[in-house]
Amino acid sequence: MPSLGADMESAVLVEWLKAAGDAVKRGDIIAVVETDKGAIEIEIFEDGEITDILVEEGKRVPVGAPLATILVEGEAAVEAAVPETTVEKADATPPVQPGPVLKPQSVDEGSPERASPAARQFAKEQGIDLAAVQGSGPDGAIRLADLQEAGIQPPTRGIDPEAMRHAIATAMSRSKREIPHYYLNHRMDVSAAQFWLDDYNADRSPPERILFGALLVKAVATAVHEFPEFNGVYEADGFIPSKTVNAGVAITIRGGGLVAPAIQNADALSLSELMTQMRDLVGRVRRGSFRASELTSSTITVNSLGDRGVEGVFPIIYPPQVAIIGFGKVSRRPWVIEDEVLPRPVLHMTLAADHRASDGHRGGLFLNAIADQIASPEAL
Amino acid sequence: MTREDLKAIFVEELTGIAPEIEGLKIQDSDNIQEKFDLDSMDIYNLLAALHLRLNIDIPDSDAPRLLTMNDALEYLLEKISE
Repeated sequence: MPSLGADMESAVLVEWLKAAGDAVKRGDIIAVVETDKGAIEIEIFEDGEITDILVEEGKRVPVGAPLATILVEGEAAVEAAVPETTVEKADATPPVQPGPVLKPQSVDEGSPERASPAARQFAKEQGIDLAAVQGSGPDGAIRLADLQEAGIQPPTRGIDPEAMRHAIATAMSRSKREIPHYYLNHRMDVSAAQFWLDDYNADRSPPERILFGALLVKAVATAVHEFPEFNGVYEADGFIPSKTVNAGVAITIRGGGLVAPAIQNADALSLSELMTQMRDLVGRVRRGSFRASELTSSTITVNSLGDRGVEGVFPIIYPPQVAIIGFGKVSRRPWVIEDEVLPRPVLHMTLAADHRASDGHRGGLFLNAIADQIASPEAL
Repeated sequence: MTREDLKAIFVEELTGIAPEIEGLKIQDSDNIQEKFDLDSMDIYNLLAALHLRLNIDIPDSDAPRLLTMNDALEYLLEKISE
């Protein structure tokens, strides 16, 4: 069970999307777990074969407990400890001999359709004929979500507002307790960026357009290259800078709560690729389905209040990260250009940074570098 | 396509973007962005969904014309008949 945040101690395994005997490759979603932040999809980071499922659906297990045994290519089968099992001293246990991998009995008994165990169990309880349901899982396997698509209401696994509140409380309290924040504020005229964006969007169909928010994320991800002390995590041994820029994007959940999943390598994506990923991420967050790696891999976070927010935001760092940049809404304000006062679209941006990892002087330069990126959107 | 057909499509696409509004009553005069707390990404997704569903072009600058159900239906009927 991976740790999906500083505040997580355990989680419930809700659904297996793969069974023992299935081949898996890096990036496959293999299971869904229920945490305080809602249902999270667990990915696999190796190619291989699942030889053993160690945790039944519906069971709560602590962080760190093994969920399944995966045999990577060329590796011999070795028995893994089941969470509740007491492991005996190594010298008292004879080494397990490598042997053939046993394929367990098929879960498809009595029905030819491939389905996840949770979908199968639910269908059995409700007397649903799985042959009538279109599957969207691996090899067309039917998942719980497909039953919902078919108009059948499966057990809810959405976001529990109370648990979400608890998760936010834990993470934010830790942040304010442990991280000596400093705050820097900057204002800029964003007319050049808005003109560029209007021009870019003018002859594009709605799905191909770019939102101002994507431009802000790209500007931060690009600017942080020169300021590595703001990109990484602060652990027990001090600050560890990150080689990649995984931009956490704060996404509000209507009805309460927020999450800040990461867009991996945001600096390397084009604006349109970034926009596509942000759109996908927001959609999945609102449906209550996101991946474990997205919740834990952010190296810096961007919090944009958008056009219905207020002028400025002073955000709280999400531990173990060391910086978060808050953008307020763009407002028309008087702006001095040479000797004239002109109405201009003005953006407030705030850097909240960890004083253990960086100082205010460099923070100011970093904010200026972000402003330079926003002022030259054609280069992003 | 009648106004009622269009309304059904609009509500369906809006519900697809903001599933939690399912079952809530939408008055024709409601400002949907304020009533349902939609952000710029939601409005973007709504324009994209209507563009694909109705096969019409909706310029970015026309987004403010879709903010109430009344205005949106009037605008969409106009666009479809173009």
